[in-house]
Amino acid sequence: MTPQSKTFAPSRRGVLAAAGAFGLSLQFVATQSFAAAESGLEKKKFVFVICRGGMDGLTTAPPVGDPDYAGLRGPIALRDEALKLDGTFALNPALSATYALAKAGEARIVPAVATPDRARSHFEAQDVLESGANQVYGASSGWLNRTVESLGRVRKVSALSVGPTAPLVLRGKAPYASWSPGKIVDGSARLPTLLQDLYKTDPLLGPALARGLATEAMAQEAMTNVAQMSPAQAAVTPAATQPPQTAMQMAAPGAPGQRQGQDAARKLGLSLAGFMREANGPQIAAVSLDGFDTHANEGGAQGQLATRLAYLDAVLDGLHTGLGPEWKNTVVVVATEFGRTARVNGTGGTDHGTASTALLLGGALKPGGIVGDWPGLKQSALFENRDLAPTLDMRGLFKGLLHEHMGVERAALDAAVFPDSAAAKPVLGLV
Amino acid sequence: MAAADRELKAAIAATRFGLGAKPGEIAEASRDPQGWLKAQIRREGADQPQSGGETTARRIADLREFQQQKREVKQEGAANGGKLAPEARDPVKLAQKLLRDDTQTDFLSRVQLATATDAAFRERWALFWTNHFTVAAKNLQTATVVGPYEAEAIRPHVFGRFIQLLGAVETHPAMMIYLDQVQSVGPNSEMAQRAKGFGRRGRFGGGFGGARLQPAAAAAPRRDLGLNENLAREIMELHTVGVHGGYSQADVTEFARAMTGLSIGGFRGPDGQIGEPVFRDVAHEPGQRMVMGVRYDQHGKDQSAAILADLAGKPQTAKFICGKIARHFVADDPSPALTARLEKAWMSSGGDLARVAEALIEAPEAWAPQPTKFKTPYEFIVSSYRAAGAQPQAFGQVGPILTALGQKPFDPGSPKGWAEEADAWAAPDGIVKRMQFAQGFAAQAVQGRDPKALAAEALGERIAPATATAIARAESRPEGFALLLMSPEFQRR
Repeated sequence: MTPQSKTFAPSRRGVLAAAGAFGLSLQFVATQSFAAAESGLEKKKFVFVICRGGMDGLTTAPPVGDPDYAGLRGPIALRDEALKLDGTFALNPALSATYALAKAGEARIVPAVATPDRARSHFEAQDVLESGANQVYGASSGWLNRTVESLGRVRKVSALSVGPTAPLVLRGKAPYASWSPGKIVDGSARLPTLLQDLYKTDPLLGPALARGLATEAMAQEAMTNVAQMSPAQAAVTPAATQPPQTAMQMAAPGAPGQRQGQDAARKLGLSLAGFMREANGPQIAAVSLDGFDTHANEGGAQGQLATRLAYLDAVLDGLHTGLGPEWKNTVVVVATEFGRTARVNGTGGTDHGTASTALLLGGALKPGGIVGDWPGLKQSALFENRDLAPTLDMRGLFKGLLHEHMGVERAALDAAVFPDSAAAKPVLGLV
Repeated sequence: MAAADRELKAAIAATRFGLGAKPGEIAEASRDPQGWLKAQIRREGADQPQSGGETTARRIADLREFQQQKREVKQEGAANGGKLAPEARDPVKLAQKLLRDDTQTDFLSRVQLATATDAAFRERWALFWTNHFTVAAKNLQTATVVGPYEAEAIRPHVFGRFIQLLGAVETHPAMMIYLDQVQSVGPNSEMAQRAKGFGRRGRFGGGFGGARLQPAAAAAPRRDLGLNENLAREIMELHTVGVHGGYSQADVTEFARAMTGLSIGGFRGPDGQIGEPVFRDVAHEPGQRMVMGVRYDQHGKDQSAAILADLAGKPQTAKFICGKIARHFVADDPSPALTARLEKAWMSSGGDLARVAEALIEAPEAWAPQPTKFKTPYEFIVSSYRAAGAQPQAFGQVGPILTALGQKPFDPGSPKGWAEEADAWAAPDGIVKRMQFAQGFAAQAVQGRDPKALAAEALGERIAPATATAIARAESRPEGFALLLMSPEFQRR
């Protein structure tokens, strides 16, 4: 890392100058409005973790105290091994780091939340979850992108997507960076410079390369941050150039690579935290995890879903550790496109359902119990006689946090960030 | 057609319809670009990659044997105080590596076919269908069968009638494993009723697969055999009428009931050859079914076959899939006129995919000079090899870079398959990593050749003046070739 740091300053300047030539507003330039500085808003951080495939809330945060839970879930019901949160709810034992945060008042569950979509299609529901629209194909950009757009009028805000492809939630008009682990590129080398010239008039490649190179420059500093942690903190080798894996491509459940998968996940969290701790680093980030579609052999405290939850827990643990003193300024939201059937199906799994659990984490959270109401699992309370019924619109949750934590105006939230969403009231008082 | 027009059309034929031009290919196509493409359509289907030629059934049997041995090793370990003897681990790891090697060989031979073929439109057409009917390598079990699945269920049928392709795909063991059909049992079937009577797991031994990999699941209390609606839903949503095709949750469940009984040998039943498709009457949900307003009173496997045939023939299916073809081949946002032409060819021919391919080649909208489709990582890597006139010789040359670019070999992560739109692939990180690949690849592949000549062979009339100038000014041959690969025209098709 040391030889690279020496060349860091000039190469980053080179990148900034080149990016300026495109007329871009480069997001890592330090400018703060007076209002933001005064209220500390410029320090606030928001991380959105998407669990793709329909995460089963009833196994993630099992309502072990609900009288109907064990009967509906049969062989996959969790029992004494679940980590108790209160008289009704617990966390899956795979979420041990999350549980420790919950005990410290820095993590809460939202047990019956859903998007406005009811089609039970992964792809349609993910579109709605990420676009923030009230129906599918209602918006072609993502709500985090429009958040950046909205905040950008008031202060400098930047966003980062972790992974080799960009999730819809961050796509749109506002620029965003993206990063995945790999060898760091020197933006001042000949080829990047020549390509920036060749892409001058290319509306897709020009901005993408400029932002990619700016992020590479930042990655050098972020990796240095990770490298400087004590071995106990980092827990994995800080040779940031080593694994080409991202959390999305971690080992399959049950494979011997699970331990490696958890290490890679934790490192991903640490790396993201490294970026966010940079003085002009991103305040908003999105991470995608997949593999939550558990139609068969879902398991309970162990098994396919528990393996995925362990990866999720490792990412969150990495973020918490890596953010250090900045954790107090942070809110992390973990959400999925839909929950699963309340009953176990004929193959030891669950099928596409409606409401699921969201997780909230962060030092900025106020301690408290569950967020939203619990509809219960009585036959008569189930949605269409099969799914956990939603008691909260996901957009209300996002809106409350974006308003109170990130300072997004209410009017912008109701109309631009989440179009036609005035009926979905923001959940206030979480931070 | 004027010569200049033919030159441009030849470049479009090789790059947009094909997989990127090999040296000499544009010249070959320029005599008659449309005729050159149409000549690649053939009833016997797509080419077959030169892999080991193992069947799906053989791969499933191998995996089952591996799982059996792994269990034995574990039980031995448990007998020795819960720990595996250090030397006992190795055969398991070795066997697992051999199984993974099979998948890597399958993938490499598929890339080798794509990089070398003279009929690249035929291969792109086949790849479209492998993506439409995705079986993702989400675990060892599915990974070992993806290659044989494409060879057996998809490639022979891509220029036949859609119903043949659909029937081959949905009853193929790989698809039935991937979308959980093998485990689905009619709740009122003889098998389910008997299992209740016989207690845990009934007379039909636990079968093989995920359950046995999971000690927790194996130790779980007895569960009733029952329905799994995953495949039924994805057939409707992704393979035929599409999510707005006018079906309800009740239709999904009814279709799933009709499909019960479709499974594979060696799984939850004593009958059939291991890994071969079977139909078990005892697992089939008795009675008539109602799907999308139609009553199906057939018995046995004829019931789901009748539903599949009706789904295949629906105009919603033609509309949904023709829209996807237009988006894949021509533009993320194709003109409605193009989609309408394809739909017309589909409906008037009874879903003859050869006719649809011809309609695509004949559509004027498909020949717009401006390249708008941004290449996926697979297309970028394949076309880079083709531009160099080279073939990858090892999985390691292509697998890791595709994973880093977000297109992990054989594993799109969901049954929806790989994304089509530029926005999904042109993330900043992806561009930086493409650049890194181009730099390393060009240094190896240029081999003393003139990058200006390579650019002319790869892009023909599609090369932009700025790119030609940049390549001419490059300070080394590898730099010139890397600039070609990263040029805006080469990144698109």
